[in-house]
Amino acid sequence: MKARVLIRPKEGLPDPQGKAVERALPALGFDGVSHVRVGRMVELEAADEAELKSLCEQLLANPLIEDFEVEKL
Amino acid sequence: MIGVLQFPGSCDERDAVHAAERVGDARLVWHEETDFAGLDAVIVPGGFSYGDYLRAGAIARFAPAMEALADFAGRGGPVLGICNGFQVLCEAHLLPGALLANEGLRFVCRQVDVTVESTDTVFTRGIETGKRISVPVKHMTGRYFAPPEELDRLEANGQVAFRYAPGHNPNGSERDIAGVANESGNVVGLMPHPEHAVDALTGSNDALDLFAALASVPAAA
Repeated sequence: MKARVLIRPKEGLPDPQGKAVERALPALGFDGVSHVRVGRMVELEAADEAELKSLCEQLLANPLIEDFEVEKL
Repeated sequence: MIGVLQFPGSCDERDAVHAAERVGDARLVWHEETDFAGLDAVIVPGGFSYGDYLRAGAIARFAPAMEALADFAGRGGPVLGICNGFQVLCEAHLLPGALLANEGLRFVCRQVDVTVESTDTVFTRGIETGKRISVPVKHMTGRYFAPPEELDRLEANGQVAFRYAPGHNPNGSERDIAGVANESGNVVGLMPHPEHAVDALTGSNDALDLFAALASVPAAA
């Protein structure tokens, strides 16, 4: 199966990348954009769907600082 | 004999060997080595192991040598992680917490003052508590983070090994924490680079005593 894993900084944790993007937008005339958060996206094909959660917890995301969600394609 | 792990992408391993050689014998340990017999302590050095792909330290954690390192640490063997090595030890759950991107999003490279907070670790034994040392930092992902209750626990247990001196926190680390130890004090990690502070010629030799402490830890059973 094909899947897409979205990984983002945990709610409430500092996200300086998101902040930097947010601060850059008004310079281009895009006012009114807030709560920008920058994460990572991983696409993969897995033979065993049941392993997905575990591999996300063990490698793709660090559960201490990141949340992830798996989207089946 | 102090072993210095070398991953593809490590870059401070030679300085770490040099620092260790100031106080004893040292050799490089390639990341595929799994036999740590004869090593009295292991340093996980700085750099960009495996290109820092995914997250700093995330891939290095699965190197063959890391399993041997976990065994070595589990038996009480002294382990020191510097910068990327600190990130690797956190990813491998040998140390608590995680390192986040610097608050200012910039790579910081400067000399900072750090205080020794706990002398109950293999890297700080015999050092005076509160001793202020000058060491360089050079990193992009050095903001120490752990949940508040975990930070309270670390402070209460004396696991905060190093703190940036007031006004010297270069990255937004929680509670100015520059380095931590595990519960037994035999695994220590820090973001600043003590291996670059062992010779007055390069600005500071304040960290020589720390390497001397590491080299004098009695061999683990």
